[in-house]
Amino acid sequence: MRLRGLMRKEFLQIVRDPSSISIAFVMPVFLLLLFGYGVSLDAEEVPIAVVMEAFGGEAVSFAAEFRHSRYFDAREYVDMREAVTALRAREVDGIIRMQADFAERIGSPGPAPIQLILNGVDANTAELVSGYVQGSWLNWLQHRAEQAGQQLDIPVEVEQRIWFNPEVRSRNFLVPGLVAIIMTLIGALLTALVMAREWERGTMEALLVTPVSMTEILLGKLIPYFILGTGGMLLSVAMAVWLFEVPLRGSFGVLFAAASLFLLVALGMGLLISITARTQFVAGQVAILTTFLPAFILSGFIFDINSMPWFIEGLTYAIAARYFVAILQSVFLAGDIWSVIVPNALALMGMAVLFLGLSRSRSRKRLE
Amino acid sequence: MTSARAVPAVRFSEVHKSFAARGKETKALNGVSFAAESGSVTGLVGPDGAGKTTLMRLAAGLLAPDRGEIHVLEMNATGDALAVQAALGYMPQRFGLYEDLTVQENLDLYADLQGVPADQREGSYRELMRMTGLGEFTARLAGRLSGGMKQKLGLACTLVRSPRALILDEPTVGVDPVSRRELWAIIDRLVRDEGLTVLLSTAYLDEAERCSRVVLLHEGEVLGEGSPDSFSSQLRGRTYRLQSGEPGRQVQSRLQGRAEVTDVVVAGGQVRLVLESGSDPRGLREEGVFQPVPPRFEDSFVALLRERRGAPSLPDMQQHTIEVRGDDAVITVRDLTRRFGDFYAVKGLSFSVHRGEVFGLLGANGAGKSTTFRMLCGLLPPSGGTLRVAGVDLRHAAAEARARIGYMSQKFSLYGILSVEQNLDFFARSYGLRRKRRDERIRWALEQFELEALRGSSSDDLSLGHKQRLAMACALMHEPDILFLDEPTSGVDPLARREFWLRINALAEANVTVMVTTHFMEEAEYCDRLAIMAAGEILELGTPDEIKGSVAPQGREPSLEEAFIALIEHQDTER
Repeated sequence: MRLRGLMRKEFLQIVRDPSSISIAFVMPVFLLLLFGYGVSLDAEEVPIAVVMEAFGGEAVSFAAEFRHSRYFDAREYVDMREAVTALRAREVDGIIRMQADFAERIGSPGPAPIQLILNGVDANTAELVSGYVQGSWLNWLQHRAEQAGQQLDIPVEVEQRIWFNPEVRSRNFLVPGLVAIIMTLIGALLTALVMAREWERGTMEALLVTPVSMTEILLGKLIPYFILGTGGMLLSVAMAVWLFEVPLRGSFGVLFAAASLFLLVALGMGLLISITARTQFVAGQVAILTTFLPAFILSGFIFDINSMPWFIEGLTYAIAARYFVAILQSVFLAGDIWSVIVPNALALMGMAVLFLGLSRSRSRKRLE
Repeated sequence: MTSARAVPAVRFSEVHKSFAARGKETKALNGVSFAAESGSVTGLVGPDGAGKTTLMRLAAGLLAPDRGEIHVLEMNATGDALAVQAALGYMPQRFGLYEDLTVQENLDLYADLQGVPADQREGSYRELMRMTGLGEFTARLAGRLSGGMKQKLGLACTLVRSPRALILDEPTVGVDPVSRRELWAIIDRLVRDEGLTVLLSTAYLDEAERCSRVVLLHEGEVLGEGSPDSFSSQLRGRTYRLQSGEPGRQVQSRLQGRAEVTDVVVAGGQVRLVLESGSDPRGLREEGVFQPVPPRFEDSFVALLRERRGAPSLPDMQQHTIEVRGDDAVITVRDLTRRFGDFYAVKGLSFSVHRGEVFGLLGANGAGKSTTFRMLCGLLPPSGGTLRVAGVDLRHAAAEARARIGYMSQKFSLYGILSVEQNLDFFARSYGLRRKRRDERIRWALEQFELEALRGSSSDDLSLGHKQRLAMACALMHEPDILFLDEPTSGVDPLARREFWLRINALAEANVTVMVTTHFMEEAEYCDRLAIMAAGEILELGTPDEIKGSVAPQGREPSLEEAFIALIEHQDTER
């Protein structure tokens, strides 16, 4: 009866308090839309200047290769100086220059040079563009050879296959990772905030003097926010699958089980924070710094863990979200790969026991 | 219930409790012993910081004492906290209500938590709603209730499962006098009809007289314990009202330092005196006609404090007299209105304040006092009406008016980590005082407010009384013509309050106009004139005596509180 009373109170508060709703539903939808539509790590339609100092069929056909590519938005210039000005003005991200003797040299033995200038300010894009240009160059050579009825003679040929995400859509791995972020928000941040609110408003003091046990008080928070977090998870998965068309190759059961496990970890962190942080301001700060930001940066959700320096990579092992993101990405894109799921799930289980156990043992029915 | 009286319901023996904060240890309770009898009301009385809340939390098992023993209903409050909590009803300072939940949902929650069986609930709710008069508001959110209604709902929530003892932490603070009286009626009935034991704390000294036993707490120690009569009877024959031809404030300043005077306060334009034991009023014959009056609880508190601390140092403020220029009415307000959405926080206020007058706004929390103040200081634009402060229309020249007013807010607005001197310096600079003038004023403030010894201490570490002095000094750095004080003395002990008012008097004598808000009835007596406010309107305006006279022209003189209640009731019947 006591637990039921606490849970009913919690649900009524969630429904009536606009800030709970906004953290539990508005923020997730906002994040999903932002990452689903707005943020993309792929380079598409990169504006690029093609400087044609050379004329003739070869040069025109080479330029056409870029014009027709979906990776580039090619703009043709005749004067190199104009192209440089455009690059400085950030109107284009790179310049491809065919010098006046291009046609001449391609017909004669020895290499015909193309100059490629890239804007290295955005290193990521520069890297991508450089790859794409080489691809296009190779493509063009192949076409040209075929037209001439020849076989292009390259000693080693790369037969490239990209598994699990053949289109290399960054959305496909960003959106599943978001589930971890959203559940951290609800589990840790929201829970820490609502506990702190009880301290701030003096209602915790009133609860503590009733015959309620500390376990009941903790469960009275844990269960409602577990349900709310599950709701957030279902919402994210539904949006991922139906709106963003991210494939779900593994089973929903595994996804659900892993999410529940992670939610317990997040709730444990939230409750633990609320034991020491008794104002909403402090609780919010601590929760963002210790749970939300690490989940964002160190979980492998956006930034690849393997390319981090060793000490930061070491740090990621302390971040619960990293285990969950690993499970999420394989369940969505690869399937139920047990060799990934089992160790990560065990890590999550250990963390859940640790955080929930700590919060139970550290909370007393006392004000000190 | 005579048999139950043999064993005290709450017993503290030699209880010590301290808290560590920022590496500093503060003693909250220092060897406190007292007993609260079963079936009666025991009042814990004392200013803020006396240790009242700590004591109540200890009794409810929410804190553990460093030393000493606490027994509640014959159980150990520390060891058997759960058993004690199951038998207690406890209402914390902010009533412990969930503001997002309705009245009914709050009741249901506490009934669930207290394990009240479903079949007993209906009867219990009906009885509680009848008692508190909340019956028609069960569907309203608790956050939308008035202060008085919240307090009653808080009480109802602690009563859902008839507890054996009730612990109430400052249940009446900031609540209007009508609700205060109603709450006391409920408590009295519970004690009389059901033999409930009640332990409550209060900072209102007049409430001590309503308890059957009083424990007077000050700075973590028990100053006295006994029936309210046993406190005041020690002062029998020592309390007088002095009728004199002079204004009360002048008489007060003159008599304040006299050896035979324990206490002197302004009451309705005249003065009320407590003489030292053995002193004869005939020795002060030349001052006027002495008329014996019954002693009050506050008198004995002041007498006890003086016994412990000796005579307080009396401020003798030096203040430049402000030359009178222009109109005598320094503040003129006509039909002042402030609306928030469809809610009128202030409705059609009209009054004027003269130069050198001490004008009070008296009312409960939510009566519109602070909103009025903010408009007068130019911090909040009015929705309607005209407003002239220091001869300037605030709508057009708020900045000009602000340079001539000083404002001391309820929470003192000091920078906690800055030292006393740095705070003074900061405020002097923010008023644009030049170097030489600034040094002069800081020297003046340190001297006049006796803060010299504390100039290097950070203001967080000051006692409440010293914080109050510093805040007032900061508001006076630029020698304003008008001083606004928002609840300046809530929570300080009576001696600190007296000292504060002596400073106010000195300022008023020097032609500074002083405007004060307060919810302390006694404090309102110190004002030259006052306006009683409720629900954004002025109910009555005049000198304290005029206000008392307006409700009971015949017979015994009512207290200001009785006058206030009569006015509110009168207004209600008119509606």
